[in-house]
Amino acid sequence: MTTQHDQRAVVRDSLGVAIATGTYGLSFGAVGVASGLDVAQTCVLSLLMFTGASQFALAGVLGAGGSAVSGALTALLLGTRNTLYGLRMAPLLGYRGWRRVAAAHVLIDESTAMAVNRPDREQARTGFWTTGLTIFVLWNLTTLVGAVAGEQIGDPRDLGLDAAVGAAFLALLWPRLSTPLARVTALLAALVAAGAVTLTPAGVPVLVAAGVAVLVGALAR
Amino acid sequence: MTWWAVLAAGIGCYLLKLAGLSVPPRVLERPVVARIADLIPAALLAALVTVQVLAAPEGRALALDARAAALGVAVLLLLARAPFLVVVFGSAAVAALLRLL
Repeated sequence: MTTQHDQRAVVRDSLGVAIATGTYGLSFGAVGVASGLDVAQTCVLSLLMFTGASQFALAGVLGAGGSAVSGALTALLLGTRNTLYGLRMAPLLGYRGWRRVAAAHVLIDESTAMAVNRPDREQARTGFWTTGLTIFVLWNLTTLVGAVAGEQIGDPRDLGLDAAVGAAFLALLWPRLSTPLARVTALLAALVAAGAVTLTPAGVPVLVAAGVAVLVGALAR
Repeated sequence: MTWWAVLAAGIGCYLLKLAGLSVPPRVLERPVVARIADLIPAALLAALVTVQVLAAPEGRALALDARAAALGVAVLLLLARAPFLVVVFGSAAVAALLRLL
């Protein structure tokens, strides 16, 4: 039985996570224009794609001279984890029709994390929507601010923004390194990608490294 | 071409989310599928870090420069549990400073 008090606690926790996460949009906006996207493309990514790692990946691959196809493929591969979140969230949220269509848009790492362990549907929905919608609003506002600010800068390398992209990927990777299997996979993928850089066009090394996940996942016991 | 990538990948990522909420969860009952799906983000992000930091700007070669030092600082900041924005802009500042020297 969910009380008013429980619901307020869920809202408070969700807002804390959402406000911290929503401001990352600032770095995505700056990185997007530094990678050669214009302000409109950077903002459309935040509005339409709305899943941080995929957005950074698309910008990063294009910025490194990769083709549009390899950039899009990398973004989509990273986006598959949201499908997994959806499989876990579907029975918890219990939505059909237009509610499901709307909920899908804010189905991301944080909205899942703030909903998945709740004891009942009401609290799961509260955590999901509070986190998802707050991040959506803040992420899009801060993307715009970051992109417009980034445009005022001459060469993004002077501000180290090319290095900021690597740091952003590492910060996104960090919490995923909690198991030995994930650490081995990440290390092998990094080595494979480094090797592939010298052999394949930009954008391809990252896709090749996805094969490491398939191999390790298939061979691990 | 960039617009096509933005729109196609954007719509595709939305459909991946919607598929998760719509597909029966039986797909994931095979442990191999679940394990691979779980490892793909780690592999892709590790590869993205590597390429972003080590690939030479001219392409098809590796280079060790200010970006690697900035990544080292990012590791230290993450170990110190610094917030995301501090990690990102902190390492950018280090790269910018090194290039000024």
